[in-house]
Amino acid sequence: MPSFGAKPGDTTSSRSVFHLWQGFSIGAVVIGALVLALLGYAVLRYRARGEAIPAQTQYHIPLELAYTIVPILIVFGLFAATLVVENREVANPPTKVTINVNAFQWGWKFSYPGSSAVVVGQTTQDPVMVMPVNTDVHINLTSTDVVHGFYVKAFNFSRYALPGVVNQFTFRALNTGTFFGQCTQLCGLYHSLMFFKVKVVTDAQYQSWLASFSGNTSAAYSSSNALSQQLSTGVATKQTLSSGAK
Amino acid sequence: MRVEAKLLLGLGLFFGLMCAVYWNWSLENAGGVMMFAAMLLGFLPGGYYYFWSRRMRARPEDDPNATAAQGAGVVGTFPGTSIWPFTLGMGAFFTVLALVFGIWLLIPGLGLVGWAAIGGVSESRRGGRV
Amino acid sequence: MTDLLERPAAAEHPEPAEQHGPTGLLKWLTTTDHKVIGLSYTITSVMMLVIGGALAELIRAQLTSPNNTLVSFAQYNELFTMHGSVMIYLFAGPFAFGGLANIIVPIQIGAPDMAFPRLNALSYWLYLTGSITMLLGFFTAGGAANFGWVAYAPLSNSLNTPGAGADLWIGGLLLTGFSAIFTGVNLVATIFYLRAPGMTMFRMPIFTWNLLVTAILILLAFPVLTAGLIMLYADRHFGTHIFSVAGGGVPVLWQHIFWFWGHPEVYILALPFFGMATEIFATFSKKPVFGYKGMVFATITIAALSLGVWAHHMFTTGVVLLPFFSIMSLLIAVPTGIKIFNWIGTMWRGQLWFSTAMLMAIGFLVTFLIGGLTGIYLASPPLDFFTHDTYFVVAHFHSVVMALVLAGMGGLYYWGPKVTGYMLNERIGKAQFWFLFIGTQVFTLPMYALGLDGMPRRMAVYPHDPQWKALNDVASLGALLIGLSTVLFVVNLVVSWKKYPAGDNPWDAQTLEWFTTSPPPHHNFYRLPAIRSERPTWDYNHPEHRALGHGTREESH
Ligand code: HEM
Ligand SMILES: [Cu+2]
Ligand SMILES: [Cu+2]
Repeated sequence: MPSFGAKPGDTTSSRSVFHLWQGFSIGAVVIGALVLALLGYAVLRYRARGEAIPAQTQYHIPLELAYTIVPILIVFGLFAATLVVENREVANPPTKVTINVNAFQWGWKFSYPGSSAVVVGQTTQDPVMVMPVNTDVHINLTSTDVVHGFYVKAFNFSRYALPGVVNQFTFRALNTGTFFGQCTQLCGLYHSLMFFKVKVVTDAQYQSWLASFSGNTSAAYSSSNALSQQLSTGVATKQTLSSGAK
Repeated sequence: MRVEAKLLLGLGLFFGLMCAVYWNWSLENAGGVMMFAAMLLGFLPGGYYYFWSRRMRARPEDDPNATAAQGAGVVGTFPGTSIWPFTLGMGAFFTVLALVFGIWLLIPGLGLVGWAAIGGVSESRRGGRV
Repeated sequence: MTDLLERPAAAEHPEPAEQHGPTGLLKWLTTTDHKVIGLSYTITSVMMLVIGGALAELIRAQLTSPNNTLVSFAQYNELFTMHGSVMIYLFAGPFAFGGLANIIVPIQIGAPDMAFPRLNALSYWLYLTGSITMLLGFFTAGGAANFGWVAYAPLSNSLNTPGAGADLWIGGLLLTGFSAIFTGVNLVATIFYLRAPGMTMFRMPIFTWNLLVTAILILLAFPVLTAGLIMLYADRHFGTHIFSVAGGGVPVLWQHIFWFWGHPEVYILALPFFGMATEIFATFSKKPVFGYKGMVFATITIAALSLGVWAHHMFTTGVVLLPFFSIMSLLIAVPTGIKIFNWIGTMWRGQLWFSTAMLMAIGFLVTFLIGGLTGIYLASPPLDFFTHDTYFVVAHFHSVVMALVLAGMGGLYYWGPKVTGYMLNERIGKAQFWFLFIGTQVFTLPMYALGLDGMPRRMAVYPHDPQWKALNDVASLGALLIGLSTVLFVVNLVVSWKKYPAGDNPWDAQTLEWFTTSPPPHHNFYRLPAIRSERPTWDYNHPEHRALGHGTREESH
């Protein structure tokens, strides 16, 4: 089946979103083609010839009923498909791995409950969220200031980071690799630069990465101090504070 | 008047139903309150029109066979030109600017609004068939 | 001086009454004539289209390279905020329900003026001053508002966006909001109380029907926005914490309030333009509107549903009832589809005359089809999670709003002769159409692809993804073509200035406004025909070609 411009993505739910996308697209293409064909026919065929006045037909009840009822059926079909994917996507099964994501102007903080791992970075420092492959990862997303958008293109997914609300969802990555993420909800001056990365690694790599933080908490916190200094001067640098993620 | 009343009552009914469903299903109140208000906005004027539609004779505009002559004549009177809408508009302008640039702008703002209110009302009273 | 709102009888042919009273500027300041007010509205809103368009061209120029420094980040935020705000608040709505509606609706139903002429004038002054207020932001030290046209809390609080620009934005919206509410009141009262004899509700032209429903939606939705703005202002300046977590408030409440107005607003904008297209299709097919009653019910259904879908703009907040808003939004596709099929039905077996207005309407139909179909995706939460706040959404709603611009231009070419008494040049008009139509597709289609490839909206730069430059350049080229079409429109106005007299009914159109002179006299009619259908002018001119009911065959000639 054609992809209609979307990509299957690298998580289980991104795959189902992709299939839903394909389903919707087939409907859209068929209906769009039908309407354009009818319109095209009318435009070519009924160009005015002379001054004759055409039959003044105003109603055709069976036809009108048809194009009321058929769309209703289509709509309920689309809705049913939506529900299936949606319920899968918003389900929050219990998981072993949890990551707390905190968005702020203009950066991200990823912390790992049960371990001392913390990754913080702002703008083009591209802080990295490390997560294991083929494992359900529970995300708690919130914001310390304004509304931000947590968007990972390869996961076909975005969710607002709202102040005062903890949004929860689950990713199960299918492939290892590094994926770009970005804030998608306008959050002020440096919104355009509020990047991050998601690094999906094997479970062993993940464990050793976590371990590299133990007894090292102060480093993580001091880096966030350096960060706040940079924030106040508004300078964005390429250097990544969260060296553990490298 | 019947159709007008039914349109508004129907909308009110629909918003009422939607409000009931939403209120019970969602965990959020703002939308329910707003839909409830929307329902009232259908029912209040709709009820008013319905009340009158049963008590008055069909108007020429509701009569499918009315002739133009039936509606001829004076429909209403009003000042043919008036400076007061402009005055009122300027008053509102300064009042809003007072929200931004300083409270002193309320002096011209509310001043013009008050002047326009008096001027406009007395203009209406003077009106009529002149 | 007092005017009598007078309606003539069928046989009367009074001479035009001698006009006395103020002239020149004072005449403009004091007028209560709906045609003059409507024309002022039209001219002002087209100026807003030009201003909003100029801002858009700057946006598109900035995006032609990944790390462009044409404008700063701060300026970019101002640009798209003011572009969106000018286009939505100051152009599209006022153009439709303040401009053409103001002029045409009373004439279409045989009314001598709007029900409250002075209130109508007030609406215009509030609109004009509100527009000035909002634009004043550009001249303040901190610049214009920069929190997006939706002003999400808490970005819009006094901590994150201090400065006069934001307050001027709020103030401007308060003024234009009241202006819209007054226009809504006026339209409803006019349509309910000032119809000509025989003009029953189900004989009103579709344009008038759509404006009635629009006006009702205005009355339902705008007060909510106004209330929200007052809360926002209170949060900013009076120390309340309605939308701030710190003080126990709820930021998402702003989104609920905003979109409870904002989604109906989409239809407040769209329905008048649907009405314009409907009239144009009928006239230039020489046929009645196909499925007239179905059309009316579709409009009412759209309006009713539109109050129950606001949170489809908030799917990704994670705190709204997904299935409810999803099914309600999907259902809107049904009445919208009915309209599309009815438009084609109107053309079917007609005698199509491809005037500029008709071309614009067909362009509207095609463009709106694209925008409508892509809107269906966004009603499905999983697909919205995927595309929300990317250029896919920008592309979707620009397909819709550019369709409205096409219909609106069609409306100007169609009704312009009625209002001014002069036609516009058709050759320039057609050139304008092709620039606008092709430009729109060249502009929107690449943005769909960009969105699917993950380009978020409201980005001044895209340093990580330089590969997006190519598609962005194409979109910018489209924007340029659209800009040129606007230039052609201005050229046309100059070239055709008082050149081609129109006559009363240049298009052999059907509805009542074409029965009177062009331009119509002071109180619109010297005489009225018998009104026996929604097309009194057609019935009068072609008594042997009345509309056929279902199952009726054309009598032999
Ligand atoms: C000349 C034609 C137009 C062009 C080239 C254009 C271009 C754009 C672009 C590129 C953006 C996205 C900016 C960004 O996200 O960084 C945008 C946003 C927007 N446009 Fe347009 N546009 C045009 C016409 C219109 C019209 C006619 C309307 C409405 C009637 C409109 C309403 C909006 C709105 C509401 C936004 C969102 C602003 C925001 O994100 O806060 N545009 N436009
Ligand atoms: Cu952001
Ligand atoms: Cu919406």
